[in-house]
Amino acid sequence: MNLSVNFCGINFPNPTVVASGYLGVTGASLANCIKHGAGGVTGKTIFMDERPGHPNPTVLTFPGGVINAVGLCGEGIVKARHEFEKYRDLTPDNPIIGSIGGKNLDELVQVAQIMDSYPVDMLELNFSCPNVDDEMGRPIACDPQMTAKATKAIRKAVKKPISVKLSPNVPNIGLIAQQAEAAGADAITAVNTMGPGMLIDIKMRRPILANKVGGVSGYALKPIAVRCVYDIYKAVKIPIIGTGGIIKGADAIEMLMAGATLLGIGSAIVSYDLACFDMITEKIGEFMKEEGFSDISELVGLAHQN
Amino acid sequence: MSMPLVFEVSEIRNDSPNLKTYVFKHNLRARPGQFVMVWMPGVDEVPMSVGWQTDTEFHLGIADAGDCTHAIHTQIKVGDRLGIRGPYGTSFNYENYDHIIGVGGGYGTPPILSLAQFAAKAGKKVTVMQGARNKEYLLYEDLFKKVGAMELNCATDDGSHGFRGFCTDLLEDTLKNLKKDEKTCVYTCGPEPMMVKVAQLCEEYDIDCQVSLERYMKCGFGVCGQCCMDDSGIRLCKDGPVISGKLALTHPEFGKYHRNQAGVVI
Repeated sequence: MNLSVNFCGINFPNPTVVASGYLGVTGASLANCIKHGAGGVTGKTIFMDERPGHPNPTVLTFPGGVINAVGLCGEGIVKARHEFEKYRDLTPDNPIIGSIGGKNLDELVQVAQIMDSYPVDMLELNFSCPNVDDEMGRPIACDPQMTAKATKAIRKAVKKPISVKLSPNVPNIGLIAQQAEAAGADAITAVNTMGPGMLIDIKMRRPILANKVGGVSGYALKPIAVRCVYDIYKAVKIPIIGTGGIIKGADAIEMLMAGATLLGIGSAIVSYDLACFDMITEKIGEFMKEEGFSDISELVGLAHQN
Repeated sequence: MSMPLVFEVSEIRNDSPNLKTYVFKHNLRARPGQFVMVWMPGVDEVPMSVGWQTDTEFHLGIADAGDCTHAIHTQIKVGDRLGIRGPYGTSFNYENYDHIIGVGGGYGTPPILSLAQFAAKAGKKVTVMQGARNKEYLLYEDLFKKVGAMELNCATDDGSHGFRGFCTDLLEDTLKNLKKDEKTCVYTCGPEPMMVKVAQLCEEYDIDCQVSLERYMKCGFGVCGQCCMDDSGIRLCKDGPVISGKLALTHPEFGKYHRNQAGVVI
């Protein structure tokens, strides 16, 4: 039985990939996820400059999932180099995807070029964070033309494969994925958090997150993420990293059947801690054995046949 | 779930020139060494070790050491509300030992007080060494007395109370004279260079050691990655804050550096 995945020419020993924003502050932390069974990892989104992010509270869970407004904190692309080198030293074999952001197109291209020179296997373009609208305006991924323009500019500037991370907060995600594909994207990551949403503490009589609003993920996001991946799979030929509310093996299989080739894992860590990677991979393996599949690629997009 | 519970501050103790202890009427049921995230609305939310606990109350000893703790010191009065998430993280294991030696430096004393309370209740032999710059900064003499049968030794930099020097000097004396038939463990919380010294002494004398570490934290439950240690990548909010001294010493950052809110090494 084969559970390994070749994604844009990169070999992942299993389909689980730590989603951007989870445990991605340091290279050692990401390497620790590999030790616990992750197939690959994605770093935190990095901008040109150091960003403190929003004050706490920044991450909360609620009965339906997770809400966060970390605010894209990070040390800045130049200073971050040592974290990627540390990851490589500790983890020579498992792929790492470098996530990049920018306040404008010039910054995005510049950050992409620097990231391209780091020991990463692939770049993920974060066009879809919902937590910095006040500072940066509407995310790029909410506009098909902007998505095309930004993807094209970065495609020209870098050599490594690029995956465009899309927002679920659009009426036409398939169309936006098509624009990214036509502009040269090698893959799509779907989806970022939805919303934003809000939690209010009734005794404090105020929103709990310091940013007041935050992106919603976890189980609340799952049916939306599955539908987005399904729509994108129909619309494009490039492969998809499906992410959003994968908690258990069955959720992962659902996402594969919707059309994902790799699985972005985040909120499963909240529920099952670092054991979630092995749990998900093992469950997929069991399911394949029970249902008579021999290669994980046979599951990808299976729901489209019916 | 990680939603804050909101409690009124029922009492504020002025325990040292820059540490106040906030008392909440709630049975928190934290194990010694665990921490909570304290939410000061409109300012920030910070990790804080749990101190004294009873069935009806818990204490947080908060030093005026940053924006959030300064806001708490200057704005929070008795009857005001704070948000509390937790308790989180690992705790001091005292169950498997006969002799419990706590070493608290400065603001690191509250979890050592909690440990002394639990260990004494379990009938263990308890020795605590507390170090501070001077007499004014020594904490919780009254509460250590309330713990009951235990020994408290103090060290001050200026000799204004107890031994003149470091509590690690007191520790070394104690380690030299340990009874062989007692299974002993040393527990420490305080400035990191002090904890490095404690962990090294324990290695030298072949005594078990547990240290309580702290890094900048966001989520508190092991997903954001802000408090991870180089090179193991362990998360101090989930795999810590209490880890063995032996494990702590394998980390190149222990006693050397940490990361700020943006993740920059400082």
